[in-house]
Amino acid sequence: MQWIAEWFRNLYETTGLNFTIFYDAYDAQQFIAGIGMTIYLSVVSILISIVIGVIGAWFQMSRFKLIRGVIEVFVVIFRNTPPLVQIFFFYFGLGALLPSSYNDIGLREPFLTNVQWAIVSLSLFAGAFNIEIFRSGIQAVPRTTIEAAEALGYTQLGTYRYVVLPLALRVCLPALNNNLVNLLKTTTLAYAIAVPETLYASAQIWAQSQNVTEMMCVLLAVFVLLVGVLVWIMHRWERALRIPGFGR
Amino acid sequence: MKTGTPGKTTDLPVLLDIVPTAPVLRLRLWHGVALFGAVLLFSSIAGAQTGSTEASPIAVIIKWMPLLLSGFLFNLLLSVLSMALGTLLGLPLGLMQLSHLRPLRACAWAFTQFFRNAPWLVLLFFAMYLVPYQFQFGEMTIPFPDWIKAVIGFALPVMANVAEIVRGAVQSLPGGQWEAAESLAFTRRQTMWMIILPQCLQRMLPPWMNVYSIITMSTVLASIVGINEMLTLTAQVHNAEGGRPDLLAPLYGFALLCFFIYCYPINLWTVRLERRFHVKS
Repeated sequence: MQWIAEWFRNLYETTGLNFTIFYDAYDAQQFIAGIGMTIYLSVVSILISIVIGVIGAWFQMSRFKLIRGVIEVFVVIFRNTPPLVQIFFFYFGLGALLPSSYNDIGLREPFLTNVQWAIVSLSLFAGAFNIEIFRSGIQAVPRTTIEAAEALGYTQLGTYRYVVLPLALRVCLPALNNNLVNLLKTTTLAYAIAVPETLYASAQIWAQSQNVTEMMCVLLAVFVLLVGVLVWIMHRWERALRIPGFGR
Repeated sequence: MKTGTPGKTTDLPVLLDIVPTAPVLRLRLWHGVALFGAVLLFSSIAGAQTGSTEASPIAVIIKWMPLLLSGFLFNLLLSVLSMALGTLLGLPLGLMQLSHLRPLRACAWAFTQFFRNAPWLVLLFFAMYLVPYQFQFGEMTIPFPDWIKAVIGFALPVMANVAEIVRGAVQSLPGGQWEAAESLAFTRRQTMWMIILPQCLQRMLPPWMNVYSIITMSTVLASIVGINEMLTLTAQVHNAEGGRPDLLAPLYGFALLCFFIYCYPINLWTVRLERRFHVKS
């Protein structure tokens, strides 16, 4: 691996292109930790947002008007306000109102850290979209299929879990795919509340090493790669969930 | 079972058509009232915590409202300009994706995918740091202040999205249109400009407005690179009022409310147009 560092050091000396992350151990460690944080943020928020979507879509068909109303307000608000404002609102607004404790040396320990707030707001943001996506998928399941399941003695929850959800999931996967890619891109907003994710790490590196252009290229390449991996996984999943005998 | 337009059906014959995700959401007065109530609630909770010696959050919001709203207007200006620039760039890019020349098509595709899949904040940084602050044309110097750079930064993702919208709309037209035009001896260019694109316009309008709504909400990102738009001003107002923590929720809640009031009617209209064109086609 030494030759990579040598090569980039040489590149800097000959052309002035300064890719510090390839030869400076400190920068490299910071950048890799940033990528790790981005992956952590996106994986956790993807999982939570899918759970929110499934439960929300289930509640949206509830008999009780109040529950339907609450879900609807939630979706309307989170779909029509900027995610950055949501993050600020959660972190600075709610974070300040929630109780906080003090540790041994007297420093204030907030109820939730900035990373946790980032996960909360990203999950809620993507979850609001997921609710609508799952709802469109559920509406694509014919009434007769549900009736057939009921006739076979499934309970209401059983019908939802074993019949409606698998069919709906298959239908809404492309839309879900889009939303999850969008979520991965939105994780960069955590930069605003100083979560050390990839963009934040890059900004620190280019502030120290004065190599904005080079870092910017690396940064874009990293995100294209991350999105590429996510899209590949989702396509594999789409193929795995294909119902045999139908479609192409 | 009756199936709808080709674009809307699933590939599973047993399933019903997918309903577009938005139509269920309809603005009722109480949505706005609920949000407004939430802001008031936060304000009053926060007000109760401070005691009566300091100005109440509602008074603070009213006092700074002209400044905050001017910041919001700047957000709208950013969104309109970047939308215009992005659309201008995106239309040819979308048409290039439909070209019969393979290399041109591949280049346009890669270009679009790149700008579509990069995070918007990263693209904004990209524009802020890499676009020079002035251009020199011989004697003439064209200055590039920060906000123009931000417009460029926002226009890049808009461009990619508009390109996708154009491609999608052209491909959603029945192939018979092309054949009919060909049999009437239209050239490919004439077919595109006189037959295909006019029909595409109405299909492109709803997704285009969606993109506009999203870009409007994204203009607050400009606060991260230090442009004086609403969120930056909100933070400054908060500082000017002595950084009281109880003011944060009402102030940011007010920002949320402004964006909601502006974006929701656009969203609503988009949904209505979508439904109308869906019936027609």
